[in-house]
Amino acid sequence: MNLSTYFMEATYLIASILFVFALKGMSHPETARRGMFLAEGGMFAAIIGTLVGTHIVTWVWIIAGLSVGSIIGAWMAVSVPMTAMPQRTALSHAFGALAAALVGVGEFLVHANDMPGVMRGALGFEVMLGALTTTGSLIAAGKLQGVIHGKPIQFKGQNVVNLVIFLAMATCFVIFCGHPQAAIVFYSMLSLAFVFGVMLVIPIGSADMPVVMSLLNSYAGLAAAATGFVLGNNVLIIAGTLDGFSGFILSVLMCKAMNRSITNVLFGGFGSVVAEATTDTGGVMREITLDDAAMQLAFASRVIFVPGYGLATAQAQHAVRELAELLEARGVTVKYAIHPVAGRMPGHMNVLLAEANVSYSSLYEMEQINPEFPSTDVAVVIGANDVVNPDARDNPKSLIAGMPILEVDRAKSVIVLKRGQGRGFSGLENPLFYKPCTAMLYGDAKSSLSHLAQAVQHV
Amino acid sequence: MNPAVLIASIYVFALAAFLGYQVISRVPPLLHTPLMSATNAISGISLIGSLVLAGAAHYPLFAHILGFVAVTTATINVVGGFGITDRMLKMFNKRNEPPKAVVK
Repeated sequence: MNLSTYFMEATYLIASILFVFALKGMSHPETARRGMFLAEGGMFAAIIGTLVGTHIVTWVWIIAGLSVGSIIGAWMAVSVPMTAMPQRTALSHAFGALAAALVGVGEFLVHANDMPGVMRGALGFEVMLGALTTTGSLIAAGKLQGVIHGKPIQFKGQNVVNLVIFLAMATCFVIFCGHPQAAIVFYSMLSLAFVFGVMLVIPIGSADMPVVMSLLNSYAGLAAAATGFVLGNNVLIIAGTLDGFSGFILSVLMCKAMNRSITNVLFGGFGSVVAEATTDTGGVMREITLDDAAMQLAFASRVIFVPGYGLATAQAQHAVRELAELLEARGVTVKYAIHPVAGRMPGHMNVLLAEANVSYSSLYEMEQINPEFPSTDVAVVIGANDVVNPDARDNPKSLIAGMPILEVDRAKSVIVLKRGQGRGFSGLENPLFYKPCTAMLYGDAKSSLSHLAQAVQHV
Repeated sequence: MNPAVLIASIYVFALAAFLGYQVISRVPPLLHTPLMSATNAISGISLIGSLVLAGAAHYPLFAHILGFVAVTTATINVVGGFGITDRMLKMFNKRNEPPKAVVK
């Protein structure tokens, strides 16, 4: 080993340590940003180390790639709105995975003949995971963006078709491990992985996207880790594994928050089943006027806002914050209850509210806030439905039975802001709306909230 | 790859997995979106593999071109990922005094 190689390895070690510190910083909002600077420094060091330590002869492609990538990346970083964060992240998973897959193909082109069996195994994993994550994430991004219809796309025998594709891919993988020169097998494996990624995501509805996003995050990380095995590069293994496990933990959390197993999310096609109306509660929905609602809020002492994805689609984050500030100025205690799957990706709702200048100290997780509902005067549900559906707790026959919910119905009174009388995302009836303590305020969430704010000012 | 290197790699993988689990399970749900975009940016480390592919000696032209595409996409990931994570984290403030509503 010469000096430059030592230098390169040193930068890799530093990068690995800095990445771990960065993720450790993520445990609190106040240290998170500093942590990210460390990670950026680590990444920069690793890039410089690589450029110094390997025998680079052709700089054209590197400079071109770095500049094009930086321009597109920087443009995405400044221009993407927070509501589009899930799409952007999905797209980013696709890019990361594509890079891993291409590095794998490159390794195959250059080193196919002098690769031992174990390394070919790692290469196979890298290419397959990379390829299926690329197309899978692109489909997910398309669905989130609305380019592709969000409804699950299903057909008869879908799981059988998927199984056949998977087995064919696995067969190619096994053959490739034994016969390194068989280029056709390698490329068949690659193409099958691309197809498999598409097939994996099309049957999944938009409401399940938080799980899919986390899983794809995990796959993208594992693809990078497999690259590390192929290149014998520890920093790739470490960074990839950290990413892989982060995604894995998030998908487990998301599944728990919906009380469903990962297999059920992937192969169940939830949302396509138009559920039977649950036991017809027979009650009527009570409508409330703006002025009455404003009066109720203004004279409450504790108010909890429960935002759902409908809040984001109505772009009402700022409106809710303005209303909350007016109430706080009157001495009302205002909190926000955030369900883990309130957005389209883990933690999405927190980011949307933070963007609207809501202090993070007033955002509460489900476990923290649930005991507080009974002592709450008014719970305001904005564009949320399934996550406040008491059927999940009370009716064992319900499709979402067992899903942890925000126990809004235990509050002294509930105001539900809703676009119309229709059902929620899953098509389930929500008994909350028929409870005597619940009042419905129909209309666009944003205008309802700003009218409420005006009315509160005049109380 | 000789067996010793492979075994060392597996050690690294297993320890990183353990460490990842410990560190990441402490991240509050509040920061899950920035976490995902941060880990995503970090996994853009495959950029260093791409750099070699794009520029190393004795590689065929096609490998360089693949490398170029890989460098581009990985860079998008790194720059875009870190950029947007920072933009998100900047928004997580404590109560920023004084709120306008009170002044009025």
